[in-house]
This record gives sequence, structure tokens and C-alpha cells, in this order.
Amino acid sequence: MKEIATGNKAIAKAVKQALPDVVAAYPITPQTEIVETIADFVTSGQMKSRYIPVESEHSAMAACIGASITGVRTFTATSAHGLLYMHEMTNWAAGARLPIVMANVNRSLGPGWNIWAEHTDAMQERDTGWLQVYVSTVQEAYDTTLMAFRIAEHNDVLLPVMVNLDGFVLSHIMQPLDTVEPGNFIPPIHLPHAIDVKNPAGYGGLTGPDQHFKFRWDIERSIRDSEKVIAATEADFAKRFGRKYGPVEEYRCEDADVILIALGTLGKEAEVAIDILRKEGIKAGSMRLRWFRPFPKLDLTGKDVVVIDRDYSFGYGGIVAHEIMAKCHCDVFSVIAGLGGQEVTYDDIAEFVRKRRIGTEFWFGVNAHV
Amino acid sequence: MAEIPKEEYLKKCTSACAGCSSSLTLRYVLKAAGHDTVLVVPACCTSVIQGIYPNTAMNVPVYNVAFAAAAACASGMSEAFRSLGRKTNVIVYAGDGGTLDIGIQSMSGAFERGTDFLYICYDNEAYGNTGMQRSGATPLGARTTTTPTGKTVEKKDIDAIAAAHHLSYMATACSAYPQDIYKKVAKALTFRGPTFIHILAPCPPGWRYPAEKTIEMGKLAVKSGMWVLYERENNKLTISAPSKAAMRKPIPLEEYLGPQGRFKGIDPKSIEILKQRLADNLKHLAAEEEASA
Ligand SMILES: Cc1ncc(C[n+]2csc(CCOP(=O)(O)OP(=O)(O)O)c2C)c(N)n1
Ligand code: SF4
Repeated sequence: MKEIATGNKAIAKAVKQALPDVVAAYPITPQTEIVETIADFVTSGQMKSRYIPVESEHSAMAACIGASITGVRTFTATSAHGLLYMHEMTNWAAGARLPIVMANVNRSLGPGWNIWAEHTDAMQERDTGWLQVYVSTVQEAYDTTLMAFRIAEHNDVLLPVMVNLDGFVLSHIMQPLDTVEPGNFIPPIHLPHAIDVKNPAGYGGLTGPDQHFKFRWDIERSIRDSEKVIAATEADFAKRFGRKYGPVEEYRCEDADVILIALGTLGKEAEVAIDILRKEGIKAGSMRLRWFRPFPKLDLTGKDVVVIDRDYSFGYGGIVAHEIMAKCHCDVFSVIAGLGGQEVTYDDIAEFVRKRRIGTEFWFGVNAHV
Repeated sequence: MAEIPKEEYLKKCTSACAGCSSSLTLRYVLKAAGHDTVLVVPACCTSVIQGIYPNTAMNVPVYNVAFAAAAACASGMSEAFRSLGRKTNVIVYAGDGGTLDIGIQSMSGAFERGTDFLYICYDNEAYGNTGMQRSGATPLGARTTTTPTGKTVEKKDIDAIAAAHHLSYMATACSAYPQDIYKKVAKALTFRGPTFIHILAPCPPGWRYPAEKTIEMGKLAVKSGMWVLYERENNKLTISAPSKAAMRKPIPLEEYLGPQGRFKGIDPKSIEILKQRLADNLKHLAAEEEASA
């Protein structure tokens, strides 16, 4: 069905169709519309889930954990400070191997108090064992949320999945949305370690030095295995519903000399910049990273690489730029742009490529190469 | 004790200290709850008592969760069981630190939204797990590792805080009276919605008394009136039999404080405040019982 919706509404609609048993959430701008819409779906009987209006994000994740361990499907949504307040429990969710799906509306962290888009919130969850995907359109937010449940709950994965969407630029923007009937696209959940009173066991108790590392390795192995599950899920989605996704969305990369890499909406806008550059005879292409965990394999040999980070690791650099340098063994032109909703136009992006100085870091707006 | 079942849910292989009354208490809690029960345990002595993976000392599923998260986790679990159409008891078994301090927000939230569960706070009046630091439940004058000369502020009244949530059932109990614990837990589980039981659980290393005196210590707490056993059912307060007896002629508070190393050297002014608080509390409870009769 074709309609017009915001990114937040698209997520809420996908959640409704995924039929979670329990949703627990706490409001925070710019995520609020997701939880309000779901609460409305539940109250009006359009959605059969139990909705728990908890008193904090720490409790939201704890409630999802409590529900998920009984073997039911769960969902929550948050943003920025809410995500950080959950941090203890996000680790718990991954460690307990619970396939919770969460939408995170990317927002900057205070102070100063800023409610606009930035990825530093999600990047601070990088090492928790959550799968992370960044979407760039309303349609993609919807499609990816549906896929997230199937991926998280797949028995080769059994890890939580975070669907990231840029605050306001995507959460509140209206775009066309084509909803589908998922049918059996998301199979019934089967959690092998669900709590069973007929077979009592201890969960998450003391685990000594002789055992703990095995659980850690098991998470790592499942993150690696998730690549196949993601690929198969995206392929099946394409077959059933006609929309194709991959770990990386490539645009005019075939013969490119310069590759521009970004996440989320900036990654999508980069495509317009590529067209501008191509008209000038600059052979540029863009790779928008969709999946950040697991980190996709990229072939960048012989290319000039420009990375835009909407995040920063103080004293270190752009987080995505450094992941690419380390994983792909290449040098990059690292651009820090779009922090806290800072406006970045197509022309700005094109200019980053024209003025690239591989091996340096450039703070947009501050106009400093460092 | 004819009615208490023989079935054991807490095995003998726990790693509790000798004379640990909170694990004794848990034994009766589980007997009253039965096998169709899931225990939610935040960080505390109990998360150690149950043993090290892959072993477990308990015969019901135990879900260990982060320190501040027990009641919220129970909310999720309870709602999930509801959506699955199951009646399984969800019981939080948390220490005083996990209840009065770090976990109070999630407990209050779960009470307010009417989560169907039983929250049990076993109160050893300190952080046992991390080596006997003060908690919000540590009494005035008690020495802990973070109040080495005695606590300078009073114990937080968590029962009044819980009562302010208008629970349909709440009670206090003490490890020295297992039959009373058994009855109260069994009763609490017949109610829908949140219920609360606060159980005093003397702790030999924390209170600094010999392990074999653990039952006696609980009895002294009740007999002195320092700890009052009661239940409040839909706003009707009933003082339980052992406290009723004690209230007629309480033993001097000194008989309770004296044998405990943690109160050694307590200043007379603190004893006076404790006595005043004790008297006020007894008066208050007696009046409430009379008013609700
Ligand atoms: C967020 C967090 N802070 C601190 C701790 C360390 N910690 C574990 S148990 C505990 C004290 C528990 O005390 P209480 O709840 O009274 O239970 P008891 O140990 O006495 O049984 C502390 C401080 C923790 N696990 N998590
Ligand atoms: S410290 Fe106290 S409460 Fe903890 S196990 Fe030992 S006796 Fe029990």
C-alpha cells in the first residue's frame, strides 16, 4: 500500500506488522513519535502487543530483556541520552543472547543541549555485541525494521539489532512509503534458551575465567555468521517485495577513482554530489554503509577514499574513517561533518571530494585541516 | 510446621556464609512459591549463593540481571507470561541495596504500573556482596566499611514508600520466623498486581555476631520491637502474632544491640534516637491497626 509517512511512523508500522508480544519504551525527542504511534496502535486494538510504559530507558531495556528471555518477540526505541542510559542493559541484552529489536533515532549528546542528528550515540554502543544498521530513507527504515526481526531471531544470530535513523532529517521527514504484507517473511520466534519452569536453569549468573571467554567468542562467531543471515534475508526480501538492499549501497562505483563513504542520510545525499562531480569529469562514486556491525567487506584498492563521519572519537578521529583505515588498509580523507544537525549540502559534499587531501582530517565549518 | 512442603528448591550446595539467614529465608520463599516460579535476582549475595556456571543451587529458573534492573525486568517477564497465557509466578528476590538504593526507581515504576509480581527485599542492612558497605537500610549508629565510626543518618523507611504505591498486599517478615514467611509469601502470590514483602535477614559477618546465633538475632530484633512483623491487606493492617506478643512487653533495645559487633561503641545519643523511633513506630502501627479493624 502506498502512502506518505515520516521515518518514525514507518518504523512503527513495521513493528506493528512484525507482531511483537511486548513493547517497552520511554519517550525522548526525536524518537517520541515511534512510541506514541505504537501506544496508539495498542490502545486502539490494532496491535495485540503488551505495551509497558516504563519509567526510564534503563528499565525499558530491562523490561525487554525480561520479556525476551521467556521466548517472545520484543521491541523498543530510543535516542541519544536514552541509549546511553540503557548502556548497561544493552550489554546485558547482547550477552544474554536476546534478539531484541530497537530503533535508535540518532541524535547528538549534551552538553550543549542539542536534539539534532549525530551518530556518536550509536557509535558508543559499537562494542556491545549489537548488530547495527543505518538507514537513509523512510522506505528503507520500514523495510529494514521488518528484516531486523528476522535477522535478530535467526538461530545462527540470536543477537539484538539496532536500526539507526537520523534524527529529524529522517525521523520527521515525510516521504513515500510502500507497505507490504509480510506474511511468513518473519517466521515464529524460537528462542532455544527461553526460560522453562519444567527445566530450571540459572541465567546470567557467576561465570568463572574458565568459561566466560567462551561466551564472548560465541557472540563474535555469531556476529560473523550474521553476515550470511543478513544476505539471505535481504535476498528473500528482494524476491518477495522487490526492493534490494545490501551491506553497502554502491552508486556509480564501477569505474570510480574516488570513493565517498558515509552513513545514513548523508550517505544518500552523497549520490547527488556524485552526479555533480561526474558532470565535471571527476570519476567519483559513493558507498553508503548500511550495516556497521557486522562491518562490511569493502574493496578500496587503488581508490582515493573520502569518509564523512557524523560522529567523533575525541583524541582519535572520525570513527568510521578509522574503522575503514584499519579494516581496508588504506589512507583516507577524513571529513567531520553534520555534527548536531550541522547543515551539509550536496555542494558541500562535492567540495569535500574536490578538495580532498588524503591522509588528513578536515572539520567542516571550522575549516581546519588537522 | 505441618503445612510447609518437604520439596527443596534451594539445594545444600550454596556458597552462602555460615549462618546466612537470607538464604534460609529464600528456602521458605521457594517452598511457598512452588515450581511454577521464576526468580529475578539483581546483583547481591543471592547472585553468588546460587553458584558458578554451569552449576546452580536452585531448582527454579533464576534470571540474574543488572543491579538496578530487577523490577523492570520482572515487568517484561510478567507481561510476556501474560501474552503467552501462562500463570508463572515472577518473584524478585533483591537485597536492601538493590531495593532501597539503586533499584528504587525501577521498583517504584513496576509498582505504579501494576506489574503482576512479588517483590521481596531481604534486608541484611548493608551491601553484603561487596563487603559490608552502608546501604539505605543500615540503621543509625551501625558500623560498616563505609561508616567505620557508625552511620550518622537513619534507616530509610522503604515500607512507607512501598505503602505509598497503594499495593493490595504488603508485609514484613523476619528470617527467624519461617512459618510466618511461608504464609505471607503464599498469600502474596494469590493477589494479582504488585505485592511487596520486606524480610529482615540478619547476617553474621555484616552484623558481627557468631554464625550459630542467627535465629536468636532475628528473634531479638522482633522481641525488642526494632523489627515489627505485620501485613497490610487492602489497607487493613494486621500485626503478626510474634510482634503482638513482643509489643505487650518489649525487651530492652540494648539486648538486641549488645551482641552485635556493628553497634560496638555506638554513642548514647544514637541509642536514644533509635529508641524514640522504635516507640513512635510501635505506637503508629498499633493505632493504624486499631483504626483499620
Ligand atoms: C551498577 C552497579 N553498581 C555496583 C555494583 C556492585 N554491587 C554488586 S552487589 C552490590 C551490593 C548489594 O547489596 P544488597 O542489595 O544489599 O544485597 P546483599 O549483597 O547484601 O545481598 C554492589 C554495590 C553493581 N553490580 N552494579
Ligand atoms: S554476607 Fe550476609 S547475606 Fe551475604 S551470604 Fe554472607 S551471611 Fe548471607
